[in-house]
Amino acid sequence: MDNTKRYERLLERYRNGDLDRRNFLGLIGAAGLAYGVQTPFAKFAHAQEVQQVRFDGWGGVVSEAFREHAFEPYTKATGIEVVDGTFAGSDEYLAQVRSSQEGTYNIAHLSGVFDYARYVNFGLTVKLNLDNIPNMSLVMDALTNAFRGVTPDYLSAVPYDYGTTGLAYNRKYISDEEMKEKGASILIDEAYKGKIGGWGEWRTRIWYGALQTGQDPNNIEDMEAVWDAIRSHRDLALKYWSSGAELMSLLAEEEIYVTEGWSGRIAALQQEGHDIGYYDAPGSFAWQECLHVLKGSPVEACEELLNFMLAPETSIAVAEGQNYPPALDGTKVDLGDKIPTLPAYDPTGTLASLTFADPNYWNGNEAEWSETFSRVQRGY
Amino acid sequence: MKGRRMSVEAREARQPWILLSPALGAVLFLLIIPLMFIVVYSFWLRSAMGADTVGFYLDNWQKALSDRFYREILLNTLKIAAITTVICGLMGYPAAYFIARSRGNKMTLLLLLMLPFWISYIIRTMSWINILGTSGALNTLLMTLGIINEPMQMLYNEATVILGLVHFLLPFMVLNVYVSLEGIDTNLEDAANSLGATRWEAFTQVTLPLSLPGLAAGGLLCFVLGAGTYITPVILGGPTDAMFANLVYEAIITQLNWPLGSALSLLLLAVLGVLVAIYNRYLGMAQLAKGLG
Repeated sequence: MDNTKRYERLLERYRNGDLDRRNFLGLIGAAGLAYGVQTPFAKFAHAQEVQQVRFDGWGGVVSEAFREHAFEPYTKATGIEVVDGTFAGSDEYLAQVRSSQEGTYNIAHLSGVFDYARYVNFGLTVKLNLDNIPNMSLVMDALTNAFRGVTPDYLSAVPYDYGTTGLAYNRKYISDEEMKEKGASILIDEAYKGKIGGWGEWRTRIWYGALQTGQDPNNIEDMEAVWDAIRSHRDLALKYWSSGAELMSLLAEEEIYVTEGWSGRIAALQQEGHDIGYYDAPGSFAWQECLHVLKGSPVEACEELLNFMLAPETSIAVAEGQNYPPALDGTKVDLGDKIPTLPAYDPTGTLASLTFADPNYWNGNEAEWSETFSRVQRGY
Repeated sequence: MKGRRMSVEAREARQPWILLSPALGAVLFLLIIPLMFIVVYSFWLRSAMGADTVGFYLDNWQKALSDRFYREILLNTLKIAAITTVICGLMGYPAAYFIARSRGNKMTLLLLLMLPFWISYIIRTMSWINILGTSGALNTLLMTLGIINEPMQMLYNEATVILGLVHFLLPFMVLNVYVSLEGIDTNLEDAANSLGATRWEAFTQVTLPLSLPGLAAGGLLCFVLGAGTYITPVILGGPTDAMFANLVYEAIITQLNWPLGSALSLLLLAVLGVLVAIYNRYLGMAQLAKGLG
């Protein structure tokens, strides 16, 4: 007898007058209490039988591509349902994961190696068996090695795509020549006061502050000069944008003429017909995204899903949808016509031309720099 | 007989508590206990690796109370909330008076007042970008009329943050003042007029003083909601525009410093709590309940 039947019989007894209201409500309350108490433990009873895997990502075209090319074939092959969730930002997502029970969240499409290192620090990782993910052999070693730098003995994530945060500018007001000549310093050029934008994120601001002061972003020696550059940018900027949609809107509506921007979003603007240029200045900020399996997840089921997601047809569809090149090595896999034209694409498969952030260096300074940026951003 | 009556009295005494128990349970589990967690968290420390150090440390409180940065942002937050409240009062009172004194179409006007609540607050806030933006409605109109040659920069400053807050909070003010005005006998104004008072004098000496509790209740709501806002400065503010809730968000979400974020959120709660306590001491919460009802 299922719970619905039990409830219906109880309700019938109450309606027939065989049960007084107090006892009826008491029994309903007791049933609710019993359900509430057992729910956290129910997952152990089902531990041997994985019925679903939760995936969280950025939504939009990326999720659509995943659904069509990875989740549906995976469910067909395994019978395991994929619950598809989205998040607004990786910081919020980490806060959610930290405050949830282990196993609630399984796979996440996260940013960069920073997040990987943060999840490692919080003990939110698993050890993947790469033998169960044969498509990993198609992934660029340069991307995988970045994760191995954080966890030399194991991987809890697989690389998925990469891109750059370069300089985006409106060609109606800024020529390609001027952009190349001024580089990152154009973001602190008085001539564009009130028409400059920037991502209100401490890492990007400090990275560009380092470039503007002629320093190596992975080895900053004069931090005060960087803070001064950030202050200059703050005083000239109209707005710190906080999402890709806002970045695109500010540029498309000509509220701002120049900002640093995400390569995929700028490519999307260009495809929409906006005359927006994109320039990766020397030392431009390169990053990668990964598919991270979180502690408490059904690892084997997740490994199988990762393999579906890394399959060339899935990776290429997602890459074309979000305009970021996939982690697949272009020397091993035919990536089609569009991907080689995307900003930041590296045909060599070595990524030697891109500058990635050193996760140990940046995460080691995170506590101090993120707090100081919060103050500098507010005029201090 | 006496024992039976005592039993009935005891049951009657128990009954309100039984009826209240779901609400009290909700307050306990959804407010008091989480608040206790936040209090406990505020005494922990964030370690360099990002994890929390459990213990009893006063560092977060010392920082929240003594750091000029937090003090100034808090004062700026209170200033913005106060300006917003005054503007809401000045704009909301005439609107509420008009609705309360109108005949026939009162329900339509009240419905119009409630209409903005049917649209997401975020969408309403973002609508200002389409109105005040460089290529927004206002700039387009002014340029079409030949009043300006190039778009004016109207967005992303403290004024637009206040504008967004007024847009959000004005209905709360109007409703509270309206409820208060509705409770005033209009014969009092007529009596004042018959005794020689002008309409203005009748309003300032009779209606306005009697409606002040509603104005104060609306003011309190606007102030508390305004001071706790987070999204308006993010959408309509410039690089330096921030309110205290933004600092709480950054501490907890961006910096993953939950202990400091807890101390900051409790500080804001305490400041607003003092204001509510002062209001309650002099005006009582009854008017506020009427306005919310």
